[in-house]
Amino acid sequence: MEQILFYVFSGLAILSAIGLLVNVRNTVNAALSLVVCMLSLAVLFIMLHAEFVGVLQVMVYAGAIVVLFLFVVMLLNLRGGNMGAESQPVLKLVGGAVAVGATVKLATLLDRPLKPWADIDPEFGTVAHIGRVFYTDYMLAFQVAGVLLLAGIVAAVILAKREID
Amino acid sequence: MGIWDYQVVAAILFMIGVLGVLTRRNIIVMFMCIELMLNAANLSLISFSRLWGNLDGQIFVFMVIVVAAVEVAVGLAIMISLVRNRDTVNIEDTSLLKW
Repeated sequence: MEQILFYVFSGLAILSAIGLLVNVRNTVNAALSLVVCMLSLAVLFIMLHAEFVGVLQVMVYAGAIVVLFLFVVMLLNLRGGNMGAESQPVLKLVGGAVAVGATVKLATLLDRPLKPWADIDPEFGTVAHIGRVFYTDYMLAFQVAGVLLLAGIVAAVILAKREID
Repeated sequence: MGIWDYQVVAAILFMIGVLGVLTRRNIIVMFMCIELMLNAANLSLISFSRLWGNLDGQIFVFMVIVVAAVEVAVGLAIMISLVRNRDTVNIEDTSLLKW
């Protein structure tokens, strides 16, 4: 069962990522394949006992980030003319060779007897567990993340404003 | 399913993202490919967190998601002002700071 889920959802993630890569016509379709990729990854996260992060992935990535992408694509109303030309075939060939080579290298690098999964208690990765770790060991990082989000909000508003008075 | 399978999926997704940034010239699609790379790194972190039974990897993923959300908000605002001023999303048309 776990194997079937893994193969289905990792295959779906890779296929939708390739769909994002090869789709040169329509940016909306590219954003939608990004949603499929994010949701498949959320399933993989939950299979790895990261329930809270999986839910966060669905809410923040699929729910907020990609919606923001779609919103901007539709706001900019990009049509054929100002989409711009794609890059030269030489660059594509070199990029493809680099990507395939690096993937094979990464895969063979780990191709050795590896540590089996650790035994974890059933609480691992739940909201209570993450919250306890966040509010004790990582309190400063948590606060800084909040400040970063505030800075992001202010920056986005200033940048997207039509003109500064 | 061992750690190897998850790492290979993460590597493939990361390399698709790299390839997208290298070959595509539409700035919005390049941005989406950066998000894809961040997600591949998240998958790697989560699988190692599960491997060691240690929660720190998941905390790191939380931070990556926060940074990605801020990055998207600011980046898309930059893109809106770019299109408003230049009327293009092609990265080759905005090469003023290129060597």
